[in-house]
Amino acid sequence: MSTDQAGKTTALSGWGRFPVVEARESTFADESELRTILQEMNGGIARGLGRAYGDSALAGHVVSTRLYRRMLSFDGTSGLLHAQSGVSIADLLKVFVPRGWFPPVVPGTKYVTLGGAAAADIHGKNHHADSSFGAHIRGLRLMDGQGNIIDCSANDREDVFNSAVGGMGLAGVILDMTLQMQKVESAWITQHIELLPDLDAVIKAFERNAQTRYSVAWIDCLARGNKTGRSVLITGEHAQPDELPRAAQARPLASPPTRRLAFPFTMPAFMLNRISATLFNSLYFRLNSMKRGRSVVPYEPFFFPLDGIHNWNRAYGPQGFLQYQFVLPRGEEDALRLIIERISTSDSAPFLTVLKLFGPGRKTPLSFPLEGFTLALDFPRQPALFGLLDELDQITAQHGGRVYLCKDARLSAHNFRHMYPEHAAFAARRRVLDPNGTFNSLQSQRLGL
Amino acid sequence: MAHVLILGGRSDIGLAFAHICAHNGHEVCLAARRPERLADDVRDIATRYQVHAETREFDAEDSGGHADWFNQLDQTPDIVLYAAGYLGDVEQATKDNAELERIMQVNARGAMTILEAAVRAMEHRGSGTIIGISSVAGERGRKSNYHYGAAKAALTTFLSGLRNRLSGTGIHVITVKPGFVATRMLQGMQTPAALTATPERCAADMYRAVQRGRDVVYSTWHWRYVMAVIRNIPERLFKKMSI
Ligand SMILES: Cc1cc2nc3c(=O)[nH]c(=O)nc-3n(C[C@H](O)[C@H](O)[C@H](O)COP(=O)(O)OP(=O)(O)OC[C@H]3O[C@@H](n4cnc5c(N)ncnc54)[C@H](O)[C@@H]3O)c2cc1C
Ligand SMILES: NC(=O)c1ccc[n+]([C@@H]2O[C@H](COP(=O)([O-])OP(=O)(O)OC[C@H]3O[C@@H](n4cnc5c(N)ncnc54)[C@H](OP(=O)(O)O)[C@@H]3O)[C@@H](O)[C@H]2O)c1
Repeated sequence: MSTDQAGKTTALSGWGRFPVVEARESTFADESELRTILQEMNGGIARGLGRAYGDSALAGHVVSTRLYRRMLSFDGTSGLLHAQSGVSIADLLKVFVPRGWFPPVVPGTKYVTLGGAAAADIHGKNHHADSSFGAHIRGLRLMDGQGNIIDCSANDREDVFNSAVGGMGLAGVILDMTLQMQKVESAWITQHIELLPDLDAVIKAFERNAQTRYSVAWIDCLARGNKTGRSVLITGEHAQPDELPRAAQARPLASPPTRRLAFPFTMPAFMLNRISATLFNSLYFRLNSMKRGRSVVPYEPFFFPLDGIHNWNRAYGPQGFLQYQFVLPRGEEDALRLIIERISTSDSAPFLTVLKLFGPGRKTPLSFPLEGFTLALDFPRQPALFGLLDELDQITAQHGGRVYLCKDARLSAHNFRHMYPEHAAFAARRRVLDPNGTFNSLQSQRLGL
Repeated sequence: MAHVLILGGRSDIGLAFAHICAHNGHEVCLAARRPERLADDVRDIATRYQVHAETREFDAEDSGGHADWFNQLDQTPDIVLYAAGYLGDVEQATKDNAELERIMQVNARGAMTILEAAVRAMEHRGSGTIIGISSVAGERGRKSNYHYGAAKAALTTFLSGLRNRLSGTGIHVITVKPGFVATRMLQGMQTPAALTATPERCAADMYRAVQRGRDVVYSTWHWRYVMAVIRNIPERLFKKMSI
């Protein structure tokens, strides 16, 4: 469907199902249709698959890339892919893994678009080794607020490139990009699972694994006392064909079928309390202790464990949930400990908590990653939570850290400015690209961007 | 590997069908008005499925040229899908002959002239599959789109006669009757979500019909029963209804 549903609005939210707004959604199949939409858009924002948790892709008017998802060319020698921004990571995996190519960076779900991945400059379990998504974009085309198309890359119109990458859709709509894919020999990962008794141990384990391609830790934020920070560290490398299970060696690039379940109902709110969260965390810890050691697994459960359950966000009940992710610079591990302790003694119980060590950040003003530890937490939404998160913002900001915008629905403008010191440079660039205020999300308004 | 020709190749359903065919290793040709608009789609199909894809200019309203148009093709396709369609504006068609004729031409007459040409080439070879996208709208006239419905009824009857004539020749004729499909054609209309299919779903139903050698398929299958009910409402009641 092209352009617009004749002014019709629907209830729209991010993946966290909070907040929800009435929004009009337009779609476009080519550049001229997009230009027409932008002409009458006044404070709207691009939207991919809506996997940002909060209000990054929310506005009264959103322009969806749903119909703008063509793969334009692929060079099987260099691994360069030219594709439109609505193409998803799931599309790439389906088409290119069987040919021996893998996306350079994948998030914890494959249902994100290339546009969303670039606009949030997403990171994967390989950030310490390969940097963020933007580092693998060789060039992109952006349509700015006035309908002009700008060709840019890290070498050419670098200012525009750096505002598009990590710019959360505020610099304009990314039309298409050239992405460097990476060669793989199989559709499998050699995985290693290790249990770490406390925070010091897991920090050391990350340092020890600096040479391993993929690494991430699940951390039990409810464990207290000398168990504070107990973790399960999961590391991995793309497997070589001779490492695969015998039956898979004949076709190393084939993906074994995975089952997809649907989360059957919205979890009643009373089931989401500290007790269930503690049970969940202990269970997860036990299950993983049984899988300890080395194994070779298909790439899907390794990278996208939650994609196996359709609509898993409904597990968090009618209130929805909040994701909270921050990063602290290297050397600020004491602040990290402080935050974990603060959470473990609070009334808000996080379910899934993920720890990862980032490598150096990039020059893009609004990109999230910087060298240090990042922690991502899922909280069921309840009133007491907001106070706790404000406190965590404070600690994070004071120690030179920042909060990830594509997971955020509540950060204050004040803390935002503290955390992203280059916000003014970004705003200046944005005034040039979008003098009439065509682009705005609920988030950008809240943050005073 | 088969060669698939899609007439009305820019239609959302037709394009979705092209993807499924290419995914299964078949070459596709998208025939449409102003085919340059399909350049990116052709690149997409070639990139995703590593098969040859091309476009060709085709106008359903040029019945006089259809025979020549078909003869110019480099090869006779194995599968021909007629996906062009024109819903038109019912108000307009009540007073404007040009609108009425256009509805009849794109949905019925143009389909007949080009498909007859396709069948002549296929008969020569002795094999092939013809798919025509008709509509449930052709099963009963309703005030909201009865010119379109009449044209689709003509197409349905044409396809059934063609199937009858070609039975035993190795040429198979499939009639597809979609209900609601979320395409550009329905843009801006409110349709019941439970009865509205995606173009991909409709295309998958068509591809399955080819594989299984079916004659008439509804898409989605629910419509077979919905239409059985609608067909059986007595006219003296039906004439007063607004559905
Ligand atoms: C289960 C889960 C796991 C996740 N794991 C990770 C992870 O490991 N690492 C990580 O970094 N992130 C992770 N995320 C977050 C996710 O990768 C980002 O939010 C990503 O931006 C979502 O892409 P999307 O296509 O859904 O975009 P949306 O959510 O629709 O939009 C996100 C932002 O991108 C902008 N945008 C989208 N398309 C365009 C375009 N064409 N041009 C310009 N701007 C555009 C929007 O305006 C918005 O600001 C995870 C999310 C989920 C749900
Ligand atoms: N959507 C539904 O609910 C529904 C239900 C029942 C049946 N159908 C039928 O399904 C078929 C496909 O339609 P769709 O739903 O996919 O809608 P669509 O995307 O609007 O496709 C209709 C196509 O017909 C083409 N067309 C119109 N006049 C033409 C002409 N003179 N010459 C060549 N092509 C012409 C249009 O070409 P341009 O791109 O150049 O405009 C357009 O691509 C049609 O036959 C339609 O009647 C649809």
